[in-house]
Amino acid sequence: MSFITDTTDFLEQTGNISRFTGRFFSRGLKPKFEIKELLAQCYLIGYKSFPLVGLTGFIMGLVLTMQLRPSLVSYGVQSELPVMVGIAIVREIGPVITALIFAGKIGSSIGAELGSMKVTEQIDAMDVSGTNPVKYLVATRVLAATLMLPMLTLLGDAISLFGAYIGVNINAFTSLRFFFIQIFQTLTYSDIIPAVIKTLFFGFAIGIIGCYKGFNSTKGTQGVGNSANSAVVLSSVLIFIIDLLTVQLTNLMGLN
Amino acid sequence: MPTTVIPPRQEEKLKPATDKAQPVIIIEHLYKRFGQNVVLKDFNLTVYKEENVVVLGKSGAGKSVLIKCVIGLLKPDKGKIMVLGEDVTILNDDDLDKVRSKVGFLFQANALYDSMTVRENLEFPLRRHWIDIKPQEVTEMVKEALNNVALLHTADMMPSELSGGMLKRIALARTLILKPEIILYDEPTTGLDPVTAREIDQLILQLQKKYHTSSIIISHDMNCVKNIADRVILLLEGQCYVDGTYDELAHSADQKIKQFFE
Repeated sequence: MSFITDTTDFLEQTGNISRFTGRFFSRGLKPKFEIKELLAQCYLIGYKSFPLVGLTGFIMGLVLTMQLRPSLVSYGVQSELPVMVGIAIVREIGPVITALIFAGKIGSSIGAELGSMKVTEQIDAMDVSGTNPVKYLVATRVLAATLMLPMLTLLGDAISLFGAYIGVNINAFTSLRFFFIQIFQTLTYSDIIPAVIKTLFFGFAIGIIGCYKGFNSTKGTQGVGNSANSAVVLSSVLIFIIDLLTVQLTNLMGLN
Repeated sequence: MPTTVIPPRQEEKLKPATDKAQPVIIIEHLYKRFGQNVVLKDFNLTVYKEENVVVLGKSGAGKSVLIKCVIGLLKPDKGKIMVLGEDVTILNDDDLDKVRSKVGFLFQANALYDSMTVRENLEFPLRRHWIDIKPQEVTEMVKEALNNVALLHTADMMPSELSGGMLKRIALARTLILKPEIILYDEPTTGLDPVTAREIDQLILQLQKKYHTSSIIISHDMNCVKNIADRVILLLEGQCYVDGTYDELAHSADQKIKQFFE
């Protein structure tokens, strides 16, 4: 009985998210665009997330290098360390970890902000003020998340590679120039472009789920808390699903 | 239906011999349900120009649902709602916005944007509805709206810095800034102390006289009802149970009506 209820709830929620996404495309992307609010959201969502993404990226690159070194040393291929770390960061770990951090920071913030606006009727007030909330609140946040995450990922990757360089230098000196030449001799556009494209989908998923959960927040502080929490959980799961699909797709397209 | 109930008024009876008798809201055969819960069932109501109609009813009777249907925030399942000559149940978003620019809505919890200052809260509907408005006009209108509620000094404050009564006044100023022809009040005095509640009543009456607005007011506060209402209706089981003046209802022998006036 519980299985049937859970399945029904899952299908209902999937349908509601699809309908909400449909509203984003049909109403949110209609001119006249809310450029001022979009830029404000890009600042809040992108610029304000940079320190966190940068710090975690740096630590991730450093730790990854330190963890990989013993295994490579045992096979006698420690000279390949920069290449291995570079490919791992650019193709997979950089985009996914940045997206997960982004989901934690931005997904919860959008879910809580819109949830709070919903329960205090601010979204209804906006509606009666002649402002379409889907256009003003949803479209701006979803577009900002979609545009900012690829940029944050590229910056995060760069900082992460620098962290990896520090990690390599803990045990043996390598020049920065030599380190990056080694990485970029191996990396190709087919490593970078699919990774960046998938972050567009990650950003879109984080934005739309945060907005959906906020718009469907139930009354009370607990409802707002639940919205923020479930926005992070659901968008994190979606990041892995999208990642799986894009890897399969790039394999099919022969880009791996 | 009770035997002693005052019957809903006939339109002819309501019409005074002036041009104020022009109906501004006509609700006909309105139905609204949420799942199995039927909230409004064949509800009918006409509101005339410069008239204050108070809707009484128990919690969960559908009073807020009614005014949310009137402003188009909720879509009724069946029925017609004519607001200033337009059927809001069939309007598209753009046309609905045009009607909404002539209808104000005072939310129960004020619904001021907490990330904006008082001034920005008041400017927001102005800039949205009147896209070509000049900055000088915006400033003047915000000043006038704040003067109306005697809170000019709060222009640069955040809503979180204001008291409950001040928030209500600011919300009222925001509602009035577009000079609406109709105002829908969702429990305007709920949560306020008696003194502030009477001040809000007086403010509503003053502003109604100044701007010649018509209103539907949802209220449980019988002092507010007594002070403001030209006409009172009782919403019971999704229908208009009774329609009359405050005095008519206050002296009714019907138990269902009496319980609201005791």
